[in-house]
Amino acid sequence: MSAFHVLLLLFAAVFVVLCVKSRNTATRYARVTLLCLAAAAVLAPFTWLVAAVFKDHAYLNEFLFFPPPDRWSTETMNLGNFRELFKGRASLRGTVYFWEFALNSTVFATVTTTLQIVFSSMAGYALAKYEFRGKTALTLFMLGSMMIPSVLLLAPLYKMIVTLGLVDSLPGLIIPIMVSTYGIFLFRQSCLSIPNEMIDAARLDGCSEAAIYFRIVMPLVRPMAAAFCLVAFLANWNAFFMPNVFLHTDDKLTLPVVLNLYLGEFRRHQGVFLAGTALTMIPPAVLFFALQKEFISGLTSGAVKG
Amino acid sequence: MRAEGAKRREALDVPPKRTTPPKVRYKGVAPYGFLSPYLILAAVFFVVPFVNAILLAFYETNGPKSRVFVGLDNFRFLLQDQTFHAALRNTTVYALVSVFIQLPLAMGLAVMLNKGNARLRGFFRLVFFSPNLVGQILVGILFSVLFTPRYGLIGRACQAVLSWGYEARWLGDPKLIMISIVIASLWLWVGFNMVYFLAALQTVDKSLEEAARIDGANAWQVFWHVTLPSMRHVVVFVVIMSVIGSYQLFEMPLALLSESWGYGTDNSGVMLITYLNFNAFRSGDLGLGSAVGWVVALIIFTISLIQIRLGRVAEAD
Repeated sequence: MSAFHVLLLLFAAVFVVLCVKSRNTATRYARVTLLCLAAAAVLAPFTWLVAAVFKDHAYLNEFLFFPPPDRWSTETMNLGNFRELFKGRASLRGTVYFWEFALNSTVFATVTTTLQIVFSSMAGYALAKYEFRGKTALTLFMLGSMMIPSVLLLAPLYKMIVTLGLVDSLPGLIIPIMVSTYGIFLFRQSCLSIPNEMIDAARLDGCSEAAIYFRIVMPLVRPMAAAFCLVAFLANWNAFFMPNVFLHTDDKLTLPVVLNLYLGEFRRHQGVFLAGTALTMIPPAVLFFALQKEFISGLTSGAVKG
Repeated sequence: MRAEGAKRREALDVPPKRTTPPKVRYKGVAPYGFLSPYLILAAVFFVVPFVNAILLAFYETNGPKSRVFVGLDNFRFLLQDQTFHAALRNTTVYALVSVFIQLPLAMGLAVMLNKGNARLRGFFRLVFFSPNLVGQILVGILFSVLFTPRYGLIGRACQAVLSWGYEARWLGDPKLIMISIVIASLWLWVGFNMVYFLAALQTVDKSLEEAARIDGANAWQVFWHVTLPSMRHVVVFVVIMSVIGSYQLFEMPLALLSESWGYGTDNSGVMLITYLNFNAFRSGDLGLGSAVGWVVALIIFTISLIQIRLGRVAEAD
C-alpha cells in the first residue's frame, strides 16, 4: 500500500463523515477534491520540467522532482543545461547559437500573425458589409476550402515553393499562410455587429472606403483582433509540420524544429532539450496570462453563441 | 405647410418624425480591393496546390523534380500495404478514444467547474487549459522523457496508483504505445475541450434546470435530459472538431517515437499523417503522400458532411 492509497482512503473517510452530517457539504467537498486531483495531474509535468532543467545532468534521475532541501547545492542544482544549450553548435553554416533559432521563431510568428490579422480582417469586413457579385459563391468556396486538410496541400505546396526558389527561407514559409480563412470568418462575425448607419454616415461625410476600414472598422473590431492575435500567434509559434518540411539549413530553423532535432542529438543529456523546451514555453505563457479573457473568447466565438 | 406641421408637433410634444439616413448603396470596386490579398493567395497557394494534389496522386515521384505517371498504382499500393492498414487502424482507435474518453472527461470537469464560484472557476480553467500553450511537438518531447522506464514521472505515478508500471517500457512495448499516446493526448486536450463545454454550460437556461429539479429529476437526469440537449450545438461542434483533429494527429506521436519516425515498435504507433510524412518527405514519394492525403481528406470530408446533417437535425429540434 503506497502513500497515495492511504491519502485516497483518508479522502474517502472524510467524505463518508461529511455525508452523515450533510449531503450538500459532502458533494461540494468531493467536487473540490476531484478538481484539485485533476489540477495536480495537469501541473505535475510542468513542475517536473522546471525541476529537470535546473538539476545537474548527473542528478536528473536521482530525484523525482526537486532534491530535498539538505541536498541543494551547485552540484545538484545549476545552470549547466542552459550553458550547454546556449553554447554554439558546429554546423555546415559555421557555429549556430540557440538565440538564432529564437530569433527565427520570433520573426516568423510575429510577421505571420500581423499579416494574418490585416488580411483576414480586410476580407472579413468586405464579406460582412458589402454587397458584390460573387459574394455567395466566394463564401461557399471559403467554407469548402476549410474542409480540406492542409496536409493534402503540403506535398504540392512544397513542390511549388521549390520551383519558386523560396524553399529553405522564412518568406517561403510565411507567404502561403499570410491569410487565414478561419480568421476571415471570425472577423466577418464581429464586423456584422457594426451598425450600418455608422459606415453610411462616414461615407456621406466623404470618407474613402480605405479610411472607413482603418478609422472606423479597425478600432471597432479591436477585441476580436486581440483574441485572434493570441490564437494565431500560439499556432504560429508552435508550428512544426510546415517549418519542418520547408526549412533545411541549420541557421534557418525555428524552435520547435530544432527542439525535435535535439531530441535525437541529446539523448544522453536530456536536460539540454528540456531547457530549450521550457524556454520556448515562456512567450506564449506570458501572452496568455496577460490576455486570458480575450484568448478564451477568441477560441469559443466560433462555437458558442452569446 | 411644413413649418405648420412642425409647429403642431411641437405643440403636441411629439418628437419629430425620424428619418432614416439615405442608404448609400456602394457600387465601387472596394470590396474586391479588400478581398484581393485573399483572392491572390488562395488562387496561388490553395487552388494550384489543390489541383496539383489531384494530379500528383496518380504519379510516382522521386523528390520534387522527377515524376512518372502510374495511374491508380498509389491507391492500389495503399490497399495492400500492411503499414497503411496499421496507420488507418491506429488513427481510428485514437479518434474513438478521444470521443469516448477524452470528451466525457472534459465534460465532467466542465460540469464540476460550472457549479463552483467564479474565482475558483477562473483558476481551474487556467490550470486545465495551460498544456495547450505548449504545442503538440513540445508535449511530445516532454512526454518522451516522462515515459522513461523506471525514472519517468508517469511510470512512478502509475506505480503509486495501480502498483504497476514502474518497469513498463511505455514507448517500446507495442501494447503500451497507443496507451502512452492517449495519456499524453488527454493531458493536452481535455482542458481545451473543457473550455468549450464550460462556455456552453454558462449559456444554458438555469430556470429550465430548476424546473426539472422541482419536478423531481435527480442531478444525472437533469444533466442528461435538460442541460445536454440545450448545449447540443456545441457538443456536435466539439465532437466533430475532435474527430477531425484526431485524424490529423501527427506531431505528438512523432516526437514521442522519434527514434522510429513516429512509427513505434511493429508500427504500433503509426498514424495516417505520420505515414504521409515519412513517405512524402523522407522517402521523397510526393505522389504516394498525395494519395494518403486524399484518403485523409475523404475521411474528414465525410465527417464534415455528417456534421452539417447533425447540425440541421439539432436546428430542427
